[in-house]
Amino acid sequence: MLDFSVLPPYADLLATGALWTVLITVLAGALSVVLGVLLALVTLYGPKLISLPLRGIAFLFMGTPLLLQLYLLYYGLAQLGVLLPAFWTGVMGLGVHYAVYNADIFRSAIQSVDEGQMEAARSLGFGRTAALRHFIIPQATLTALPQVGNNSIILLKDTAVLSVLGVAELVLNAQRGISATYRPFEFYFAVAVLYYLLNLAMEWALGRAARKAEAIR
Amino acid sequence: MTSAAPMIRLRGIRKSYGSHEVLKGIDLDVDQGRIVSIIGPSGSGKSTLLRSVNMLEEISHGEIWLDGVQVNSALTGRAFETHINRIRQQMGMVFQQFNLFPHLTALENVSIAPMKLKGKSKAEAEALARTLLEKVGLADKGGAYPARLSGGQKQRVAIARALAMQPKAMLFDEATSALDPELVDEVNLVMKQLAAEQMTMIIVTHEMRFAAEVSDHVLFMDGGVVVEQGPPEQVLKAPTQERTRGFLRKHLAQ
Repeated sequence: MLDFSVLPPYADLLATGALWTVLITVLAGALSVVLGVLLALVTLYGPKLISLPLRGIAFLFMGTPLLLQLYLLYYGLAQLGVLLPAFWTGVMGLGVHYAVYNADIFRSAIQSVDEGQMEAARSLGFGRTAALRHFIIPQATLTALPQVGNNSIILLKDTAVLSVLGVAELVLNAQRGISATYRPFEFYFAVAVLYYLLNLAMEWALGRAARKAEAIR
Repeated sequence: MTSAAPMIRLRGIRKSYGSHEVLKGIDLDVDQGRIVSIIGPSGSGKSTLLRSVNMLEEISHGEIWLDGVQVNSALTGRAFETHINRIRQQMGMVFQQFNLFPHLTALENVSIAPMKLKGKSKAEAEALARTLLEKVGLADKGGAYPARLSGGQKQRVAIARALAMQPKAMLFDEATSALDPELVDEVNLVMKQLAAEQMTMIIVTHEMRFAAEVSDHVLFMDGGVVVEQGPPEQVLKAPTQERTRGFLRKHLAQ
């Protein structure tokens, strides 16, 4: 019944898909971290005039499905004449979506840094921004690491959604293999294994980072 | 500035939290190389006064001067920020809870400020940091993170960190209060060494014996005012005020 020998001829296709999945994860993940920190800083220290609307918008991102946000970005904007490549739409959509979640994590991580840290930095003559950059944010990042790491693992799995925009990541490439062979089980199973392996690699890397972070506590 | 002017001068320092006044008009002159200890019960305002000197606490009224420059200048906004950052670089502070940067090694804790604020090269800043760690007896601990250090070691790194900016004066906010008794001496020793090197210091402390040993001048504060001040042999051995006597009785009884 099952015949996994249909897969080897499509190894290239699946490998390419896996590469794109990794690339999307890295780019969207980086965006979600950088943007998450910025959002956290603006909502913590920025003027209310900016921070309040931002929190409102963030709530919209948390309260609606990622798939819908991607449709709006891709098809909705296209209707309005803004044509974005599917790949970048996906990276942006995923990045912003997870940035909103990461911002909450960073915000509480920044708030959890002892006040004495800011005082020590200020007493040495560091300005507020420099103190944030050199002392507060690095410590908050270490605190936030496990949760942001978890989000990145979810983000990796969510890259599958980009297949609906026609981004040639793992799922879409599997579907291409399926339409040539009519072997959905073999292909989807192989893709599941690939996701699982990617996640294992990511958890291993996060575990290493977490142990490093633990050494300073 | 003429050398006759005091290194630190406080005039009419007042501070209120709402309607509650915690500092009720304090004057103090600390000459270059002098050591002033501030003692008093908790809540007397002694820490608040010390933290006012480098404006970690904002005061409501009065003047603060460091080496002829007004610390609480009339500047505002960015100009004031630049000014106060420059002033703070000339005043080291040591905290009760050490406040070392936990994500940096002992060496990095000491070298980061000269590197980032004075533009020293990494090699230069680290050489300076090594000299200072050696001075506080921690030459072998440069690579250790604060979590791996004892309280006494942490506080000595914190002193080295403050000294790395080559400050004109040092402020000690109950530097040994959070330490286990057997670790107090190693920190006191470093402070005595600084005293011997003519560092200008203001020390808020609970340790009467240490205050008597190192200070040129002792302030006894209670309820936001200076109740009594003078040389340690007077204030600590022959106080004239009943409140001072009561405080010392309680403290020496412990």
